Amino acid sequence: MYVAVKGGERAIENAHNWLDEERRGPQDIAELSIAQIRAQLSLAVNRVMAEGSLYDPDLAALAIKQARGDLIEAIFLIRAYRTTLPRLGHSHPIDTGTMRCDRRISATFKDVPGGQVLGPTFDYTHRLLDFALAAEGATPAAPMQAADPAPMPRVTDYLKDEGIIQTEPPCDATPPDMTRAPMEFPAGRPLRLQALTRGDEGFVLSMAYSTQRGYARNHPFVGELRIGAVDVSVDIPALGFAVDIGEITVTECETVNQFTGSKSQPPQFTRGYGLVFGQTERKAISMALVDRALRWDELGEDNLGAPAQDEEFVISHADNIQATGFLEHIKLPHYVDFQSELELVRKMRAEVTAKTQEAAE
Amino acid sequence: MQGLQADQKLRQAWMGQLAKAPSDNLAKLFDSFVKQPEFTWLQAPEIGAVMVRGRAGGTGAQFNLGEMTITRCALRLASGEVGHAYVQGRDKAHAQRAALVDALMQTDQAPALQSAILGPLAAEAAARNTARAQKAAATKVEFFTMMRGED
Repeated sequence: MYVAVKGGERAIENAHNWLDEERRGPQDIAELSIAQIRAQLSLAVNRVMAEGSLYDPDLAALAIKQARGDLIEAIFLIRAYRTTLPRLGHSHPIDTGTMRCDRRISATFKDVPGGQVLGPTFDYTHRLLDFALAAEGATPAAPMQAADPAPMPRVTDYLKDEGIIQTEPPCDATPPDMTRAPMEFPAGRPLRLQALTRGDEGFVLSMAYSTQRGYARNHPFVGELRIGAVDVSVDIPALGFAVDIGEITVTECETVNQFTGSKSQPPQFTRGYGLVFGQTERKAISMALVDRALRWDELGEDNLGAPAQDEEFVISHADNIQATGFLEHIKLPHYVDFQSELELVRKMRAEVTAKTQEAAE
Repeated sequence: MQGLQADQKLRQAWMGQLAKAPSDNLAKLFDSFVKQPEFTWLQAPEIGAVMVRGRAGGTGAQFNLGEMTITRCALRLASGEVGHAYVQGRDKAHAQRAALVDALMQTDQAPALQSAILGPLAAEAAARNTARAQKAAATKVEFFTMMRGED
């Protein structure tokens, strides 16, 4: 039961003023600019864009500043902001085959055409704290080398040519949009992919990890992981043609997984897919593993009762804003609810005590 | 959207170029070259979102990846040409300059704009892309076999 009460305005206002002061921190330390956050905490910015489901690095950096670095709070701010934006249309599907790759690796083919391009990766660093970063100093420029301008071929195409991997035939049906219609189950793969790409990184990672540990194991290889810029093209109704409106950085992961086959179809590799805003490879790999696990029905596999196979479970719990909203609301005043519980438990105790006394007499 | 006329293809290319140009760079080139032409708004700059779509497996069924911010506007020059802009981000001045260039490119100023604005923007974009590609190329792995375990 909710009962409206008033009061606390002054306390709330003072709390928010103190929040502002604490956010700023000591005045003798330089204030962070949005440009600094955008440029130097770019992976945090990427996560906020991916899970906030709005590609705008300046807004994500502002949200991180306002949220004092609490990324879920920052994602919350972005989700709230995006509801105020009019929807001006949708893009043509981005063509990741034309990506200008910063990074492109394959764990399945050493000599993949286009090569293994590591990009600006944490891989192979020693994970030792670099105390040189604690002192300000100039960073040496990244080395450069002549580059081949041709787009990187897709690794899965090499398997596809041989027919030993399941194909992804193009389909231009209008995809369902979870931001426009209430979620219904079964959701189907396009809606699942939307939910996963904006889902909480930690949750999607843990679901993916559970499949690796044996809860609906699907034997994934990272066929290809690529990070880079793609153009976004939108139809302009007044002109009757499509125009590039900008470019975004995305991370794409294609996994190659163990086989399915049937009487009519010889065994072939299956695949999982991850595509996420920004340089976000942990999330993209996780998404691909969970996508693959959720395809059990379509691929004629058994439902092993594993959490990662349960579409409703995964999708209903992947969103950190829904989760934190429901979780954190329990700290808000529930005085009246609790009062009724208190009365109930007192009454139950009184009844039990009375019965014991009766029995004793 | 197939089979565009040659002039439509050109316009598509410059509109894309203007949208992808960093706002500051466009502002610098535009403001030093063009005297602000007279125009009226057909649609004042409006900030909104576009839903970006991807394809499952890169080539399969479409799905909604997430939104991006966009600013659009349309204007008419005093001489009658109409310019449109659809530009990533929330920068109304960027959209206005992009629409002005789009309109002016339909006038006899087009060759001058091409060499003063669009040419330099294209060169800047190519230099940016090449620099990143060259840094990426420097991180390409050269494998060499240490020992084969067959013997």
